[in-house]
Amino acid sequence: MTDTTHTAPAKVPRSVAPARTPVPGGGHRDGSLLRRLTPWLFLAVPLALLITFTYVPVGNMIYYSFTDWDGVSPDRRFTGLDNYEQIFTRPELFRVFFVSFYYLAASAVQIAIALYFATVLSFDLRFRNLFKGILFFPYLINGVAIGFVFLYFFQDGGTLDSVLSWFGAGSDHAWLGDPRSANTSLAGVSVWRFTGLNFVLFLGAIQSIPGELYEAAQLDGATRLQQFRHIIAPSIRPVVSLSVILAISGSLSVFEIPYIMTGGATGTTTFVIQTVKLAFQFNKTGLASAAAVVLLLIILLITWIQRRLVPDEKVDLV
Amino acid sequence: MTTKRTFTGALVATAILSAAGCGGGGTASGEIAKAPADPADASGTIKVLTARTDLVQNGTMARYAAEFNKTYPKVKVRFEALTDYEGEVKIRMNTDDYGDVLMIPASVAKNDYPKFFAPLGTTAELSAKYRFSDKTDVGGKVYGIAQFGTANGFVYNKAVWKKAGVTKWPATPQEFLADLQAVKAKTDALPYYTNFKDGWPLTAWSNNIGSVTCDAKAGDRLAGAVSPWKKGGELNTIDSLLYDIVKGGLSEKDPSTTNWEASKGMIAQGEVATMQLGSWAITQMQDAAKKAGRNPADIGFMPFPVQKGGKYCAVLASDYQQAVNIHSSHKAAARAWIDWFTDKSGYSAKEGAVPAARTAPMPSTLKDFTDNDVSFVERSETRTGEVNTIDNAAEIGLNKPDYRQKLIDLARGAQKGSLDGYFADLNKRWDEAAGTAGS
Repeated sequence: MTDTTHTAPAKVPRSVAPARTPVPGGGHRDGSLLRRLTPWLFLAVPLALLITFTYVPVGNMIYYSFTDWDGVSPDRRFTGLDNYEQIFTRPELFRVFFVSFYYLAASAVQIAIALYFATVLSFDLRFRNLFKGILFFPYLINGVAIGFVFLYFFQDGGTLDSVLSWFGAGSDHAWLGDPRSANTSLAGVSVWRFTGLNFVLFLGAIQSIPGELYEAAQLDGATRLQQFRHIIAPSIRPVVSLSVILAISGSLSVFEIPYIMTGGATGTTTFVIQTVKLAFQFNKTGLASAAAVVLLLIILLITWIQRRLVPDEKVDLV
Repeated sequence: MTTKRTFTGALVATAILSAAGCGGGGTASGEIAKAPADPADASGTIKVLTARTDLVQNGTMARYAAEFNKTYPKVKVRFEALTDYEGEVKIRMNTDDYGDVLMIPASVAKNDYPKFFAPLGTTAELSAKYRFSDKTDVGGKVYGIAQFGTANGFVYNKAVWKKAGVTKWPATPQEFLADLQAVKAKTDALPYYTNFKDGWPLTAWSNNIGSVTCDAKAGDRLAGAVSPWKKGGELNTIDSLLYDIVKGGLSEKDPSTTNWEASKGMIAQGEVATMQLGSWAITQMQDAAKKAGRNPADIGFMPFPVQKGGKYCAVLASDYQQAVNIHSSHKAAARAWIDWFTDKSGYSAKEGAVPAARTAPMPSTLKDFTDNDVSFVERSETRTGEVNTIDNAAEIGLNKPDYRQKLIDLARGAQKGSLDGYFADLNKRWDEAAGTAGS
């Protein structure tokens, strides 16, 4: 941070300099127009992609949420706020958010595990890179593949059962059989999958801490725990806060893993699965769009509250 | 700063404009798609959308096309197989490009057929020739011809049932349950396999509507606030049977990890005794038996265990209906393909399914049914559109697995609740939806 503020003033006069020297003809004006356009030209492609694939669909979705469209028919009727009224007057549509608590609890575990490993592996350790790879690897696997792998894992007499029976703890338990165990199992899979991402975020943040700080701390006789408490923890706070936001919005919008593994049966339906079913099973695209808009608003609201509670302070270690 | 703000404004405006401009669909011309009298007149390349990825990959469909070209040499047939047929075609139908010949996705509302498909003929003309044509009848015109139909019942392993000492088809749900108990007691086989995880095999239970009371119009009678799960109602009988099977411990221990592909081998090898399915599944099970080195003749098919006047009934329900895209530029060639595929290809006989053409004989897979004098009831579809509207409005899904998955969860105690309470709730939702959707 300090680096950029030091060099910035030095740069300004240099970039202004050519403008002061007289340029023959109209070259000067063209140049400044081009210069003003340049950033937009660079931005044109990403912006076009962003608009086409994010804002237009979202705009469409908001528009659908005010209609009774069934997803296929060329006709749709404008129904005003009717869909939103339905969402807020039908408690069963909101009940599915309880399932998110399983994933929220799992996210807490996930952040703790990731933080632990990121801290440990930020120190000089044997096979450090190997462990980094192992931890990050699950995140690279496609979610659908993970769903299938873990379906066999949790199967009656599957991997989990046989591993447990090696230790004499074999049980007859149907892991995906009842709502509580199914949701816990699914949340476990999601921890397995996403720990790698959190881990890499934390590790990156930790490694950007200048090494002299540790040296100084060591000279002062600080233990590893104290180093974590007073050097690492404060300096990675923004990343942790980002992870928490991602964890909350992720828990509210879980989809892939439960959809593939249980299809939302046995009380594992999440809000997004319910939305998909409304749209594609019961042809209520209008209602489903409204549900999606509501989910978007809830996530924005939670993020906003969180930013108010935990403002993004400037990290200043020195 | 000001430039930035105007730019964002422009962004939003673009988004809204393009959202508003995104209307789909075309106009209905209402002209009947006819196959040309002289096969040489039909020409062009037609694209046929199908869900049978297996048949396209192993070249079976290409062989049908080659056979078709012997009669219609100028038509080139291309196939596009879609794994998630329903989902993908539904989305593609927002454009004009959804093949020349396609199978009508279940999600398209019946009243919208004229907007998407070219009519194939009048009801009077086609219903005399084909079964199930009332399913696509809108305003006196038919928009689709069934590929084939299926009878519903239970696929079972005859050897296992025999070993359990059962040789006669059960005539009541109680007898059926007692027989499954016998299978459980006397053999190593699992009496019943739900296919809970894959879900769709559970939907086949709904195709028994009509078999229970031997009433072709039983499906139509659901259109209205009729409490379909009331005592004595067909759905009550059907779903109670499934509930009792699971409650009696006669199905697999862990339904949440069942596997459809594996289940074929399991029934072929006698590890599973019974599964509720359509008659289309018989050939697949027989193939599995051949592959496993077992006797394909062990795969049997029995009707729903209810008799009326001493006779069993089996409802014939239509499979996907083939239709011609209204935006197709080769409607004549497309229609020629549909007619040829339905009447001449021998597809339905090969699949062991009930042919759409009334004159064609029943398939060999249903020999047990014809031999034992099971009466076939062709399901009336005149009010299917209304029933589906109510069903969707109620978010129950008679042809979706969810509500039966919950039924199974209740039966095995994974979710709290009683069967009567669940039926009462379903009735309430159905009747309320009928009140609002019917208007």
